Amino acid sequence: MAANTTEYTAATKTGRIADFVDSRVGGSAMVKEFGRKIFPDHWSFMFGEVALYTFVLLLLSGTFLTFFFDPSMAHVTYNGSYVPLKGVGMSTAMASTLDISFDVRGGLFMRQVHHWSALLFVASVSVHMLRVFFTGAFRRPRELNWIVGGVLLILGLAAGFTGYSLPDDLLSGNGLRIIDGVMKALPIAGTYLSMFFFGGEFPGEHVIPRLYSLHIMIVPAMILLMVAIHLFMVVVHKHTQYPGPGRTNNNVVGFPVGPVYAAKAGGFFFIVFGIIALISGLFQINPVWNYGPYDPSPVSAGTQPDWYIGFVDGALRLMPGVLGNFSFEWVIPFPWGDNTLILNVLLPALVPAGALFAVMFAWPWIERWVTKDNREHHLLDRPRNAPFRTAVGVAGVVFYSVMWAAASSDLIATHFHVSLNDVTYWLRTLFFLGPVVAFFLTRRICLSLQRKDREIVLHGREAGIIEMSPEGGFSEKHEQVDVYRRYVLTNFNDRQYIPAEPDAAGHISRKEKRRAKISKFFFEDRVAPVTPSELEAAHAAHGHHEVEGDKKSESLES
Amino acid sequence: MKALSKKRRHPLAAVALLLFGLLITGSLYTAAGNIQEAKAAETSTASQSDIEEGGKLFVANCATCHGKNAEGTNDGPSLIGVGAAAVDFQVGTGRMPMQMQGPQAQVKPVQFDDEQISQLAAYVASLGAGPAIPDEQYLDTSEGDAAHGGTVFRVNCAMCHNAAAAGGALTRGKFAPTLTGVEEKHIYEAMATGPQNMPVFNDSNITPTEKRDVITFLKTIEANGSAGGAALGSLGPVAEGLFIWTAGLGIVIAFTIWLTSRPS
Amino acid sequence: MGDHSHGSPEDSGTVAKADDVAQDRFPDPGLPPHRPRLADRDPRAAKRHERQVALLFTISIIGTLFFFVAYFVLGQLGDMSFAELRVQNAALGLGTAFAMLGIGIGIVHWAKTLMPDHELVEERHEIRPEADRKDAQEIIDTVLDESGIKRRPLIRNTLIGAIALAPIPAIFMFRDLDRTGNTASEMIDSLRHTMWDTGVRLTRDPSGTPIKAADVQIGSAFHVIPEGLNEAEQPLNEKAKAVVLLMRMDPKEMNVSPGREDWNVDGIVAYSKICTHVGCPIALYEQHTHHLLCPCHQSTFDLANECKVVFGPAGHALPQLPIEVDAEGYLVAKSDFHEPVGPSYWERG
Repeated sequence: MAANTTEYTAATKTGRIADFVDSRVGGSAMVKEFGRKIFPDHWSFMFGEVALYTFVLLLLSGTFLTFFFDPSMAHVTYNGSYVPLKGVGMSTAMASTLDISFDVRGGLFMRQVHHWSALLFVASVSVHMLRVFFTGAFRRPRELNWIVGGVLLILGLAAGFTGYSLPDDLLSGNGLRIIDGVMKALPIAGTYLSMFFFGGEFPGEHVIPRLYSLHIMIVPAMILLMVAIHLFMVVVHKHTQYPGPGRTNNNVVGFPVGPVYAAKAGGFFFIVFGIIALISGLFQINPVWNYGPYDPSPVSAGTQPDWYIGFVDGALRLMPGVLGNFSFEWVIPFPWGDNTLILNVLLPALVPAGALFAVMFAWPWIERWVTKDNREHHLLDRPRNAPFRTAVGVAGVVFYSVMWAAASSDLIATHFHVSLNDVTYWLRTLFFLGPVVAFFLTRRICLSLQRKDREIVLHGREAGIIEMSPEGGFSEKHEQVDVYRRYVLTNFNDRQYIPAEPDAAGHISRKEKRRAKISKFFFEDRVAPVTPSELEAAHAAHGHHEVEGDKKSESLES
Repeated sequence: MKALSKKRRHPLAAVALLLFGLLITGSLYTAAGNIQEAKAAETSTASQSDIEEGGKLFVANCATCHGKNAEGTNDGPSLIGVGAAAVDFQVGTGRMPMQMQGPQAQVKPVQFDDEQISQLAAYVASLGAGPAIPDEQYLDTSEGDAAHGGTVFRVNCAMCHNAAAAGGALTRGKFAPTLTGVEEKHIYEAMATGPQNMPVFNDSNITPTEKRDVITFLKTIEANGSAGGAALGSLGPVAEGLFIWTAGLGIVIAFTIWLTSRPS
Repeated sequence: MGDHSHGSPEDSGTVAKADDVAQDRFPDPGLPPHRPRLADRDPRAAKRHERQVALLFTISIIGTLFFFVAYFVLGQLGDMSFAELRVQNAALGLGTAFAMLGIGIGIVHWAKTLMPDHELVEERHEIRPEADRKDAQEIIDTVLDESGIKRRPLIRNTLIGAIALAPIPAIFMFRDLDRTGNTASEMIDSLRHTMWDTGVRLTRDPSGTPIKAADVQIGSAFHVIPEGLNEAEQPLNEKAKAVVLLMRMDPKEMNVSPGREDWNVDGIVAYSKICTHVGCPIALYEQHTHHLLCPCHQSTFDLANECKVVFGPAGHALPQLPIEVDAEGYLVAKSDFHEPVGPSYWERG
């Protein structure tokens, strides 16, 4: 191993420096704790790193942009080098954004790095959370870190939205107009909130500097704080790992931080940076000069928020404001006068997003309550081995995606040559039906995959070789799986229906009955892992035609 | 002077003034109307034979829907008074004759040659005064002001055609088409005549010079292309989001798989 | 690499572990045997990998140099065409991408092929060892006891009161976020009024030139602002409420409700351009269907029926601006809107 020897000589050279630092600030303990800490290796574990690295890129490119950006709403006449806007009145914020794009060398590149990183940041946070959810990594002891992750997602949305609005262009200005409308829809306090937010009537001349303060100070500071807490907890808990031979709930199998993991993780930062640079060099994002300066009168076709706010925008689009003669704008006659409850805005703006985040945050506790499983889990579930959770997750993803798709209903209509109204009608139907269908379909698929796993353990893989028996019968040769693969396929947490149990006083509470109902709904259908005795029986019968395993699982289900 | 001021206070002065005002307004109106008519007459330089040829073409190709005398039927509107510009736009972009009834006429390969189009236009223009085919000077983009055109475009056009002229959706299957690659003349004619469901932007709403500015703006952004790389269809955040979720995350995942795999 | 063991020695046994469930299970065969890589067996392969890593680092150096070329040679401040800008931007991107990917891929390739690839096993530790937990509990009890907070409810309750009240001023501090100095009722009132008033001329957006009734032909749409808007103190604020869409349709096709007969001029009608849903400008006018569509959330209003909602999330019709013709033939407002424009709010009634 050539690398080892070079590494070693380097270590002795740096040894003196390390000793110098250690004798003054005492880093030995740190090095001892982290130097050879083990991290498991799997591609799906990398999304958190992608999020962290894009955040670093956001800090770097964002700092560059602050040197040139002027978040003022003072009116100026643009006189920069973009001809189709020369002499047009706009805010200083917009003018300085155009200057960054056209009159600062590399400024356009940095803007694009910043914006693409932002899109990738929220996307990777989302995918990371999906990975954590579908593998059950949020279970004890990691529930609090799941919450911190959820808070990070919300902060990411906040950072994204405040940044999206800063250039004060037509697209983001209409976005703010929508925010104003949603704020005003809030009962009692809404109108005042809007007045406070905009410093008076919309659009005023205060909102951009205020968003700027939030965008460059408090929101990134809170993200940093949450990232610190998140990583601290990762160190405390150690990383989860996929089940497999040699991997137990009590150990971590993987590579040590120094040198392999540090090299891979460090190298990966440069890779993420390179990918973002490549995209930013070759693909345009948010061309504010196309949209023009904000003005309350014009609007562009295809006015949409960035993707991560899209689901709320889509929910707003799906809601019917008037059904027949019934208006969801409900005028309530109070003794002091009429007040308006704007349900056609309030319901879609708050309820789906609220429900999604509420279930997301509460899920670790919901699952613990239903399964009565309060044990520590450091081994992950393969998604197929937790059909109930996978099904709930996919239902949630479908629910989100329907709203997400609704945010681009106009583009779906023009690109697939269908009627805009029909797209909305279809998506309204899918909004209710989609998650239900997705739940049952996903559970079916998971159970089938589990049955396939049983089949493979009991009868081996189809080798693709047809054998002819001496009697002239044809059969396909099956290859038995090796002991390691068999362990992966059989070693999973086999959750079962737990009927209602009486409490200490011998009484079955209503809550417990409800839990039992949910438990039955989740775990009635299940496929048990193959046991050694079953395998023995299957081998004894020695037939690929025997479907004993199937029979057993069917009987377990009914 | 004194006499005049005395007369001004005369009780009948107000009435006289009002009459005078009305007279002026009225005659101005007539004059304006005359000028417009004169314009229409001026530009219809088509010969009588052109009109006759156009009439034959019309009966053969258009009368099924628009009626024998262009009076309109249930399948197509009356063409009396739509002007030569409307014909030049609809037939010149291939929208007419329509292949089939639908939410709106689609762009197709043009069915007639330039001479036939001008004959058809001459025939329809002869049925009643309407917007004429624009004068060359209003199509010369070297004379236009792109910045002013951009402002007019954003207020009057961007809501349907998109700020980058990429097009957009309307209700029930209708849509506003992209304006990239559309001829100057046709852009002008569309504004002047309001084809399909597009509103009419007559010369008092957007003056011919402003129309030229709008065309200049469109041609400028078309020639410019995108500054920051591939424009992803100029469709805004949806295209950008789709891109980062497919290509962006795709590249990232490919790298993560390579990074965590064992070499041989 | 089979040096793993089940259960950690300091396991207190109070916390059930996920893997001690069923008895009839296949035994853990332990980590699969380590398979040496090509570079482990063949020094020439190792040497080749070393050269590859070095090459990748060299590519990074070239990428950085290319960045400088893009920055200084391709970049001319100020007078760049879009095509030049696009080339420069792509070159900066490619330079950075090669610089970064060269380093990143190089390091990872190095780690994958040349650094040891034996998987190591580390035991997990109890997050909260039993003894620590007990000690901590005792410390907390002692601290609480010595502070006397349980024995002196007067202190405790007043402290809770003080702490609960203390942050409230911080909320009230934000009262002056509203920079107009308006009282609460003035704020609400401001939403009810626009620049429109009796005799205010309808003018074109953005030029501000007045519009004659005769200029508005059937099928046309004018984007309208009140006269004098461009000179207003807060033009954008006024514009956000006052923009109007002026259209003309055949009076025979219009359904006019009682009380609004004289709000139009021979089929010329003016409606607020601000969507009653959440405030986007509704400017998509289809002249044959008489529908107005909002491009943000697709609320659709029917001009023939006084802009009632026919589709989408809006909850009420667009407010109509009553108009008439002044002595000179110009279109003017008869009055302000009769109801607040734009998105609904609690006090709208």
